[in-house]
Amino acid sequence: MRPSVAFDAVSKRYGDGPAILERISLRIAPGEFVSFIGPSGCGKSTLLKLVAGLSPVTSGTLTVDDHAPALATPELAFVFQEPTLLPWLNVERNVEVPLRLRGESKERRRERARAALALVGLTERAQYYPRQLSGGQRMRVSIARALSLSPKLLLLDEPFGALDEMTRDRLNEELLAIRAEHGWTALFVTHAVAEAVFLSNRIVLLAANPGRIHREIPIDLPYPRTAETRLNPAFQSLVASVSQELRALPSPAADAAVRP
Amino acid sequence: MNPRSLPHRLLPAFTGVLFIALWYAAHALLASERRFLLPPPHAVLRAFHDHGPALWSAALNTLQGALLGFGAAAVGSSLAAVVLSLTPLVRASLYPYLMILQLTPIIVIAPILVLWAGAGIISVTIITFLICFFPLVVNTTQGLISTDRNLVDLFRMSRASRTQELLLLRAPGALPYFFTGLRIAATLAPIGAIVGDFYAGNSAGGQGGLGFLTIIYSSQFKIAALFATAVSSCALGFLFAGAVVALSWFCLHRWHDSYSRSDT
Repeated sequence: MRPSVAFDAVSKRYGDGPAILERISLRIAPGEFVSFIGPSGCGKSTLLKLVAGLSPVTSGTLTVDDHAPALATPELAFVFQEPTLLPWLNVERNVEVPLRLRGESKERRRERARAALALVGLTERAQYYPRQLSGGQRMRVSIARALSLSPKLLLLDEPFGALDEMTRDRLNEELLAIRAEHGWTALFVTHAVAEAVFLSNRIVLLAANPGRIHREIPIDLPYPRTAETRLNPAFQSLVASVSQELRALPSPAADAAVRP
Repeated sequence: MNPRSLPHRLLPAFTGVLFIALWYAAHALLASERRFLLPPPHAVLRAFHDHGPALWSAALNTLQGALLGFGAAAVGSSLAAVVLSLTPLVRASLYPYLMILQLTPIIVIAPILVLWAGAGIISVTIITFLICFFPLVVNTTQGLISTDRNLVDLFRMSRASRTQELLLLRAPGALPYFFTGLRIAATLAPIGAIVGDFYAGNSAGGQGGLGFLTIIYSSQFKIAALFATAVSSCALGFLFAGAVVALSWFCLHRWHDSYSRSDT
């Protein structure tokens, strides 16, 4: 099958600084959920920026659906570390921003924004301003904004890092439920092992300085995964073994948050 | 204390009464031959009555100059801020000269301006503009360049044009900064107009503003009338500041954190 995203010996450095990523080779199949995890400075976020076309690769080839990554690739959506909402727009208008910039008509914008908000359970909050929402709700808006583009490929850069554990777990479950219906491919960056195991088909462990692939770990737990899955011994032993692998990696700053 | 409680509401009035009482006391304590230096509050009120028409028309003239200069500064500084926000290079090459503008005392510039533009409303407007411009341009530029990096990325990923980025992202994001500058400028605008008027207001045949009245009353030793002029100037300042506070509330209260209701 034609890969959705293909890295072929991709390296990245900014200017003549040190290599951020070195010879990354990886194929991600359509519909796959791949998490990237590793110590600080392993280039996880840079990896997503390359795929989004925000920054060019220094060497090697990177293709998204057989094309070089470009800005505003249709069907690609990005979820940032922070909710990254415009505080002066209400929830509904925030969701509409990318559609508006892409020149969608007003009716179509509204329709898609409403559908996306319904997916994340925020229909009732459509007229609220971001400051009136909780951290978890803001992140939901951010996800709705990405989903409103009907993406085939979703890039998520530590989206739940700032949330408390309960909220994070619930959003993880919701994310998988939405994915079950829509089947997008996901590249997910995180610091949290349990989250990565819960969500992914495959975890890519990155080593730092320069960022390179250390190991790929398939996660064979069956979908649908629910809150029950976390009680499953197979899940727990996977979390333990991935945590161990991660801890074994040399961590320059020794601050990679390992949360088993 | 609860801000809505009665004592809390009466506090400002109490401060005012105390102030007036101290004023009377100071007046009474002066030796009788020196009392004319500090006219009591009721003498200032009488001066308002005696010089009412002159004060009123002078205040209107000052208001006009202040409004024109303030408005021009608000518009001009916004345009300048857009230019300054373009690149660090532009900022580096223009900021030092903006500083020169700000650091040169207005009382040095004023006589030069009067020679160039003549006495009258044009000079008053320019002087007000010069006083208001700097805090506005500095704040607004800061706002325009403080945009969240991720939001810029989001816009780039949606292939937003630079105009869209400015109008939909940078400009609304800069509004709180703009209003910070505007509040400072609002308190400076009447002062600017009065200083301008002091130097450039005496041309139009009795059409001067409060600055011009200051010259006249001080030359005539009308001290109560000078106090009345000062009170009028303050009133203008409050008017400007109040209008800006209201406008800022109107534009920001729905979304900006500074207007969020807290329980504390």
